[in-house]
Amino acid sequence: MKTKKILAKGIEAIALGALEAGCKCYFGYPITPQNEIPELMARELPKRGGVFLQAESELAAINMVLGACATGIRAMTSSSSPGISLMCEAFSYIAALELPAVVVNVMRGGPGLGGIEASQGDYFQAVKGSGHGDFHFMVLAPYNAQEAYEFTAKAFEFAEKYRNPVMILSDAILGQMKEPLVLKKLRIKKYNKNNWALTGAKNRPSRFIRSLFLSSQELKGKNLKLAKKYKKMEKDIIYESLVNDEDKVIVVAFGSIARIAKDACLNLRKKGYPVGFFRPITLFPFPVKPIQELIKNAKNSLKFVVPELNCGQMVEDVKLAVNGKASVIPLPYPPSVIPFPEELEKEIKKCLSSLSSRKA
Amino acid sequence: MPEFFKFPKSLKKTNFHYCPGCHHSIVHRLLCEVIDELNIQEKSVGIASIGCSCFLYFYIDVDILEAPHGRACAAATGVKRARPELVVFTYQGDGDFAAIGFNESFHSALRGEKITAIMINNTVYGMTGGQLSPTTLPGQKTTTTPEGRDPNLYGYPPKIAEIFAGLEGVAFSGRFAVNTPKRVLETKKALKKAFLAQINNLGFGYIEILSACPINWKLDPVSANKAVDKLTKVFPLGTFKDEVEKFLSGDKS
Ligand SMILES: Cc1ncc(C[n+]2csc(CCOP(=O)(O)OP(=O)(O)O)c2C)c(N)n1
Ligand code: SF4
Ligand SMILES: [Mg+2]
Repeated sequence: MKTKKILAKGIEAIALGALEAGCKCYFGYPITPQNEIPELMARELPKRGGVFLQAESELAAINMVLGACATGIRAMTSSSSPGISLMCEAFSYIAALELPAVVVNVMRGGPGLGGIEASQGDYFQAVKGSGHGDFHFMVLAPYNAQEAYEFTAKAFEFAEKYRNPVMILSDAILGQMKEPLVLKKLRIKKYNKNNWALTGAKNRPSRFIRSLFLSSQELKGKNLKLAKKYKKMEKDIIYESLVNDEDKVIVVAFGSIARIAKDACLNLRKKGYPVGFFRPITLFPFPVKPIQELIKNAKNSLKFVVPELNCGQMVEDVKLAVNGKASVIPLPYPPSVIPFPEELEKEIKKCLSSLSSRKA
Repeated sequence: MPEFFKFPKSLKKTNFHYCPGCHHSIVHRLLCEVIDELNIQEKSVGIASIGCSCFLYFYIDVDILEAPHGRACAAATGVKRARPELVVFTYQGDGDFAAIGFNESFHSALRGEKITAIMINNTVYGMTGGQLSPTTLPGQKTTTTPEGRDPNLYGYPPKIAEIFAGLEGVAFSGRFAVNTPKRVLETKKALKKAFLAQINNLGFGYIEILSACPINWKLDPVSANKAVDKLTKVFPLGTFKDEVEKFLSGDKS
């Protein structure tokens, strides 16, 4: 593929990233604000010998993904918050069956039908509660079209590497905003699937993929195996850190609000304020150690400020990472009250002075 | 000397966990005989559902995937669309297929997925202890209809084989039973056709098999076997659509 620059919506970038990774099957059900993904896949996949299928529901779509992935083929679905909720049972099965599925959530406002504006209200669902039982998605949160393209492609590699579902957590702003995107060849590793995929028992014994373990020893083993895998994923933690040892406040943000927060931090820095910026890109596993390093290296006592497009979710993970060694201040922005960088600057400055306007 | 009885190649030599008199095991055997006769053991993928037959993979010697409760036809769609060269079947109970999974079952049939769906209709939720199923007969006592199914509260059982016969996407649809030797042979023939429907790319193959659940019917195995006859009054046996026969006899219409 020749490198070329185009203007693309974030969700188109996601679809293009999936195609670049060689995704062969897409199953989905329409929901705003992510319809451009299935629409692009419907145009492009058949041309490339792939399969596009609009399912009768998100329930069906994710179980089609489950089936396709079990054959070792790269498959994905995408949806937005309510649709993702409907898929949660199958997420749990996919994790238990250890299938490499890629799922995209272009978050909208909730709860319930909510609204179609940008929100990060599904953070908890994505990193902690995407179904029953002890399991996790690996969760990647891009913050512009370029990352949407590259991380979606990378998601297929991670999914196969760990045999675990990977979620791209995006939102309505990132998804619907058009911006420059450099399409380029990406090196996405492929993993051998011959030792587990269901392709017909030819020249080998038959095999099965199941999640039912009535023996408590076996079930315990399964859970511990998954837990070990999640620990291993920590090697692939991704984050962006613009922090100096002299900083007194570190703003921690992901996804679309990280764009605004980064602007605010860089503006404040230019004006001489000791403000750093830290952006988790893998939300699970969460960059715990990098945050602890920041505290270790800090010359001053630190305050972490966590703006989010919700009522305060990731802030809990920041608190766990900080583990009492610094104060953590939430800056919640529930759906439809997205701040300008100037407003964030004001809030961050308040945190710099000893008393914060919003208590942790 | 001709061989009258042999162990099917694709049946694993494992003792069934089913209750005495349960018809799941008869259907398992028939399924394996059909897989052997069609020579598709090496290219089959079965979808195990959630119900008494969830351990399908311990018995049938082909690649098997476990689907969430009710989603077998969706998972089968995913397998088949991803690898059309495979022969894909689901093995589901009445609850799995016609209650929680009705939407997936119906839409797979509507799309004419080239898969085979085997539905074991024993009129109850066997695995969870004999509760009401959509196919429970009017008046039939279950653990959640202790006074018997009241059609005023729960309506009437759906005749899936007849409903599916009306769908263009369905190439074979029929209802059979395995409570007499003759019916066992008929079921096997029909099962083969339900596979030939996908093998010849004709469409969705559906076969419903009336089955005894002695435990939850609270009958001994022999009485339960006989009681299947009663079911046929509400669920008539027969083939309701057969594009396979037409295709094999060269009828191109
Ligand atoms: C989402 C979900 N709901 C409920 C159950 C519990 N459950 C397991 S099997 C079953 C019903 C099975 O009945 P049927 O499909 O008729 O199969 P049978 O056991 O009669 O062969 C139910 C309700 C489940 N496993 N998952
Ligand atoms: S409960 Fe019924 S369906 Fe289940 S194994 Fe026993 S007889 Fe068969
Ligand atoms: Mg049943």
